[in-house]
Amino acid sequence: MTAPRTIVDKIWDAHLVGKDPLGRDLLYIDMHLMHEVTSPQGFDGLRLSGRRLRRPDLSFAVIDHVIPTCDRKGPWKDEMADRMAEALEKNCRESRITLFGIDDERQGVIHVVAPEQGLVQPGMTIVCGDSHTSTHGAFGTLAFGIGTSEVEHVMATQTLPWKKPKSMAVEMKGRPSRGVTSKDMALEMIRTIGVNGGAGCSIEFQGKAVKDLGMESRMTLCNMAIEAGARSGIVAPDKTTFKYLKKRTFAPSGADWDKAVKAWRELVSDTGAVYEKRVVIDTRSLEPLATWGTTPGQCAAISGKIPDPDDEPDARNRAQMKRALEYMGLKAGMPLEDVKIDCVFIGSCTNGRIEDLRCAARVLKGRRVAGHVRALAVPGSGLVKKQAEKEGLDEIFKEAGFEWREPGCSMCLAMNPDVLGPGERSASTSNRNFEGRQGRGARTHLVSPYTAAASAISGRLADPREYL
Amino acid sequence: MREPLKIITGRAIPLDRPDVDTDQIMPALHLLRLERSGFGQYAFELWRKDPDFILNDERYAGAPILLASRNFGCGSSREHAAWGIHDLGIKCIIAPSFADIFRANAGSNGMLAIDLPEEQCDILIKRHKERPEAELVVDLEKQKINLSGDGVELEFSVDPFTKDCLLNGLDSIDVTLGALPSIEAHEKKRPGYLPRVKK
Repeated sequence: MTAPRTIVDKIWDAHLVGKDPLGRDLLYIDMHLMHEVTSPQGFDGLRLSGRRLRRPDLSFAVIDHVIPTCDRKGPWKDEMADRMAEALEKNCRESRITLFGIDDERQGVIHVVAPEQGLVQPGMTIVCGDSHTSTHGAFGTLAFGIGTSEVEHVMATQTLPWKKPKSMAVEMKGRPSRGVTSKDMALEMIRTIGVNGGAGCSIEFQGKAVKDLGMESRMTLCNMAIEAGARSGIVAPDKTTFKYLKKRTFAPSGADWDKAVKAWRELVSDTGAVYEKRVVIDTRSLEPLATWGTTPGQCAAISGKIPDPDDEPDARNRAQMKRALEYMGLKAGMPLEDVKIDCVFIGSCTNGRIEDLRCAARVLKGRRVAGHVRALAVPGSGLVKKQAEKEGLDEIFKEAGFEWREPGCSMCLAMNPDVLGPGERSASTSNRNFEGRQGRGARTHLVSPYTAAASAISGRLADPREYL
Repeated sequence: MREPLKIITGRAIPLDRPDVDTDQIMPALHLLRLERSGFGQYAFELWRKDPDFILNDERYAGAPILLASRNFGCGSSREHAAWGIHDLGIKCIIAPSFADIFRANAGSNGMLAIDLPEEQCDILIKRHKERPEAELVVDLEKQKINLSGDGVELEFSVDPFTKDCLLNGLDSIDVTLGALPSIEAHEKKRPGYLPRVKK
């Protein structure tokens, strides 16, 4: 009788190749996702050492980080961005890797495109030189971000020497009220356990509130696991997962589908599986949240006030809060709904999927963006954009005063033309509110698509429940 | 094969801020490069605009050790952050905790990331704030940090594989390729329904 295992234990055991000569556990990687920013030095390393990319058929690439979301016919204004896109095209050609390039209608953000294509399936191991690879855990995969040296390692060996993550369970109880999304659930978790509360762990999301989520929302939740310090998040696959996958381009079909589903059904944590950490969050009392500071953990209910650093007993935390408020240009005790914004960004690997756009459109329908607000809607992929247009969502966005853009990472991270200016303030559906993340001196408030849309209309951070 | 890392001796820069993220260490704008080198000039770029920022203090110039606070290197997976810090001449970072990806990236670049209890980190930060000229001797083989001249020695733990790789300057890919037969054997038994992207 074997000891009860978690999902991660099961995936781990199935992918353990053995030990390398140093005695390190080697984990086989089922899918290596790539983009233009963290791969070129890996390809260079391969060339310099005379090695070949081992499994082009288990590799897949897109251009997403540096690509402009309008005026994208080349050459781009940013010559370096152009060169990076070219380098990826050349590297993929030479190594026979499939790339959804600039002119491909399926191009988009890697963490949106890969699941959409059915490349992410339960039980797989998936890596990418990008911390938000944790997104794919939504399908019951062990998926984690890696550095460029590790990217090169996977290119050359299709394995990684890996230390098994510690197990952590985050149970989301109850049913959240209207206007509360998985983005709010994620922020609440980070606020509860801290931005390094999941360090060294893989977080398994459990509970009714998680089971009730659709795949897009589960992806948002797992996407944000890294913001709690966990390299991966995971949700047990179920009917919702299988339904999403069926008939996707790279999903199994025919007899293979039945075989796969049979194996996928086994991917639940056994009764009695032991977790080193366990956290319970009751979602029934949860409100829409917004960050007020410069870490994703510095957040509060949108209906609440900015906390006072002087109430914080720990000196280092107090200093950190003061620094954050100074950077953000905010005062303790101020109601969040009084915070005036300049820009709204709806998109990114966190909230750039069709369901996110539908949520925002629900709020925006028949309303207008406040006069002083610049508002960007950036679909996560070409196919998300196409679907949204089919549903007429683009018209709702445009009539409200939003710019309707081409897919890419856009304003999430200030390495393409979509940046905020110094001192400008955004309500953003992205994942990080670090200093300068959306542009030098830019100030970011992380929110859900509902809250972003409501804030666009109000011109200030706004409670979306008044608009639903 | 990289240069083995055995003993690191020198001054230590006390960077006393928690949750230092990789966007601070290496702003995204500077990731628009195809090389691994030349990132040092951009490390902590925005904070370095403040003349009082610790890295602008000449007394710490050339120090090989960075004393950091909890959750150092959180955020993005960009190895460019580790490349930038390495470019500054840092060989060892000591902190109460590190973000997982950053820790791995440090190791990949021949830098030793040491976790010490917060109280010990606080003692070190205080010592090197007050006495910038003070030195530390970090001995990886013995897993000890000597507070030079103070008669104090701290022990630290390190993952044995990381230690092996750093001490001997091993190329991790070469090591793994030593297990090629196991990799091939695994590939033969992978389920047929797993996705393959055929070109």
